[in-house]
Amino acid sequence: MTVPSADVRRPETVRTDPPGSLWSRLEPLLARVEKPARYIGGEDGAVRPDWSSRAPGGPVSWLFTYPDTYEIGLPNQGLQILAEIVREHPHGVAERAYAPWIDLEAELRAHGVPLFSVESHRPAGSFDLIGFNLSAELTYTNLVNLVDLAGVPVRAAERAPHHPLVCIGGHCTYNPEPVADFVDLVVLGDGEEVVSEITDVVLEWKAAGRRDRREVLEALAAVPGVYVPAAYEVSYDGPRIRAIEPRWPGVPEVVEKRTIADLGEWPYPKSQLVPLTEVVHDRLNVEVFRGCTRGCRFCQAGMITRPVRERPAEQVRTMVAEGLRRTGYDEVALTSLSTADFSNISELVGRLAGTQESGGGSGDLCGPVSVSLPSLRVDAFGVGIAAELQKGRRSGLTFAPEAGTWRMRQVINKLISDEDLYGAVESAYSQGWRRVKLYFLTGLPTETDQDTLGIADLAANCIEVGRRHQRSPGVTVSVGGFVPKPFTPFQWFGQNTVGELGRKIGLLRDAFRNVRGAQMKWHDPAATLAEGLLSRGDRRLGPVIETVWRRGGTFQEWSEHFDLDLWTGAMAEHGLSVDDYVYRHRTEDEVLPWSHLSAGLHQDFLWQDWQDALAEVGLPDCRWTPCYDCGACTGYGIEHVVASATPPAGGSQGTGQGLSWTPGGPAAVPVGAPTRRTT
Amino acid sequence: MSRLRVRYTKHGRIRFLSHRDVARCLERAVRRAGLPVAYSQGFSPRARLHFGLALSTGFESDAEYFDVDLVDGRSAPGLDTLPSVLGSALPEGIDVEAVVPIAPGTPSLQDAVVSCTWRFTVPGAAPGALAEAAARLTARESIPLTLVRKGKQVREDLRPLLGGIVAEPGAMGTELTVDLGTKPRSVRPVEFLSALDAPELTGDVADVRVLRTHQWINVDGRRCEPISLGAPSTRIGERAS
Repeated sequence: MTVPSADVRRPETVRTDPPGSLWSRLEPLLARVEKPARYIGGEDGAVRPDWSSRAPGGPVSWLFTYPDTYEIGLPNQGLQILAEIVREHPHGVAERAYAPWIDLEAELRAHGVPLFSVESHRPAGSFDLIGFNLSAELTYTNLVNLVDLAGVPVRAAERAPHHPLVCIGGHCTYNPEPVADFVDLVVLGDGEEVVSEITDVVLEWKAAGRRDRREVLEALAAVPGVYVPAAYEVSYDGPRIRAIEPRWPGVPEVVEKRTIADLGEWPYPKSQLVPLTEVVHDRLNVEVFRGCTRGCRFCQAGMITRPVRERPAEQVRTMVAEGLRRTGYDEVALTSLSTADFSNISELVGRLAGTQESGGGSGDLCGPVSVSLPSLRVDAFGVGIAAELQKGRRSGLTFAPEAGTWRMRQVINKLISDEDLYGAVESAYSQGWRRVKLYFLTGLPTETDQDTLGIADLAANCIEVGRRHQRSPGVTVSVGGFVPKPFTPFQWFGQNTVGELGRKIGLLRDAFRNVRGAQMKWHDPAATLAEGLLSRGDRRLGPVIETVWRRGGTFQEWSEHFDLDLWTGAMAEHGLSVDDYVYRHRTEDEVLPWSHLSAGLHQDFLWQDWQDALAEVGLPDCRWTPCYDCGACTGYGIEHVVASATPPAGGSQGTGQGLSWTPGGPAAVPVGAPTRRTT
Repeated sequence: MSRLRVRYTKHGRIRFLSHRDVARCLERAVRRAGLPVAYSQGFSPRARLHFGLALSTGFESDAEYFDVDLVDGRSAPGLDTLPSVLGSALPEGIDVEAVVPIAPGTPSLQDAVVSCTWRFTVPGAAPGALAEAAARLTARESIPLTLVRKGKQVREDLRPLLGGIVAEPGAMGTELTVDLGTKPRSVRPVEFLSALDAPELTGDVADVRVLRTHQWINVDGRRCEPISLGAPSTRIGERAS
């Protein structure tokens, strides 16, 4: 799209905008839209960008963009970390942008004002790189919309040298093929190191005159962890992929992800942004470790972020104390994929609880501080930690058993027994929590109606346990439809149909009618279908995404805007089969759309794990048991960084206990060679 | 427990912050300033900050106030340094202009403020036309207004709450300055604008810049500000009691 010439009422007096700023054109529009505070910037911790680099070609400017609203996007830690690192580059400039809500987008388009950064309100098209975080498939149409709103051609092939390079990172980029047509480069894995390497390459290209786009993309394709979709040719054999091959000389046949070896070297964000208006996760966040080796087979995050890299406990304490003092927040979350597994968790919690009690008196902190663990392990130990940390607000506690029966949990390798769950809820209700929230998936491989209904049984039993301690204990059950993800053992599994997921949710709704105290919520199976389509789709979905976008299908993450008919209509129009893309089981020899990308995991490890899943065989956590050579450590010459070689006290999940517990079930046999990791 | 009263401004792009957002910013700033804030008891303790009349999103102000309760006997920054300490923890556009201690029993801002002075800047309007519209409005004996409250239609008269109106040319358009009462109910600035029968205002009210210049309380029958900037040492509470 070319942005039409500006047709906007000028304010009566001339205001002095900083160079390049769109503020005076934007300001009159903000009086007409909902929640205008989302567009003004000025967050505490935000840095006035320094565009003054005098280097030849400098500065290299990044616009870090979240393809959803400010409220969802601002807390994204990844984008904040990358922006800080770019600012530390001598010639780097970093600003941020978010998707304007529909009302502002209409005003912007009507007045010819492009997408803008929130720091200095510069046009997005004036940046060298627009870096998107992709964390959810249903934001893909927003990505296309924002590129268009920036005044940049939506298809990468149509861009000229003066246009920004459109870059994506985040978990969805392990299968970026559906958006391959719209992006110039993709970053796989941790971005901390590679973002500076990309900045250097772009700086050199600009210094040399910024002439040829192919030239910079070739140089970028040589950076480990960077994937340039245009450099690869995908050939098809009917509905299947025949091959994915390099089209440009010198590009790697397989692009490997990047992994930072030591989280302790990256104490970011150093200056977490404190928004002026309310956002999700509005609190201080301190990442205590990255990676997870619990090995839950449905969980893409756990597979692609291996190995486990803990932050030194002392650094965690410093980041918490300084962060609270600097931000004025009264809540801090210790984030990771399973925080109770942090080696020093007991000591850390003891120290934080001590800080809380001395809060105010010490001069460090004023008033009470609450500490939250967003991912609580399902056992009494986890609850004990939560109890120690949350002296004040005790409204709800969340557990994720994920499946209703032990059989099903062995299939998905979420190795918690019913007793673990009951112990956890007993502990919660007895310590004053009134309501527990339980997360489940339905539509899992080999799932029977008995497994599905097991969810209602578990919930009912939890309420029974609660009655020993509370007059009216509550359980909220959230049920999501399972979407198979790339680089997981379930990547070959044919997703349940919308009808089948709907039927299972119906079964559960009926079952829950008889469970007093339980409340059930569920994810729309139609949205699950669209997610499944994009999760494992190939490049042929590019036109589908473009068609959905052109028909107004933005903000598909928002149930009031999601429209399945747009997606199925576009699929039919482009001659593609939903059955083939979503519901079909894949075969072992099939070329998957992400075959030329790697998260370090060996294909045969994943296949074997898939076979073990079907045989209901659990696999223990390799942090504390012999290595089964998934490839994530050995392939990259890195290791777990774990302060303690023994599993955390009281933990059972994944420590081997209970694996042979199931009556008549197969004995637990870890797959792969039981060779211990050598240093 | 002791109580401080703080006077601050809301200018520029920060005017797009909602009242609730400003309250949260102030709560964090008070914590960061190291003030020993008192917390409410109960399940979900909250810092004890008390706000006056909410300022709508998009409006600016020269004169906003809040009260904060402090725990006694704990060290706190000195009163003279507080405006700058608080100010440095607040976004650009919110400036803390004065902090004064208030005596126990001082009426809350919510109760004490009886009227506000507002300045409306109307771009592209001639001062004469607006002055005539203002004269027509003030000449009326009653200005009926239909509101929906708790699902029911309620008729109210705006006239008793309307003070004098001045229209004069300003740098950005015609400036209308008016006093609007707050008792028993605050007149909303948009209600005033829609009551003002001026063709210049039939278009988009969103283009009008709105600034609260004063909030007024009665002390011994005299109209004054909760904190007058002319006399920063004024101890309102003592005078009021």
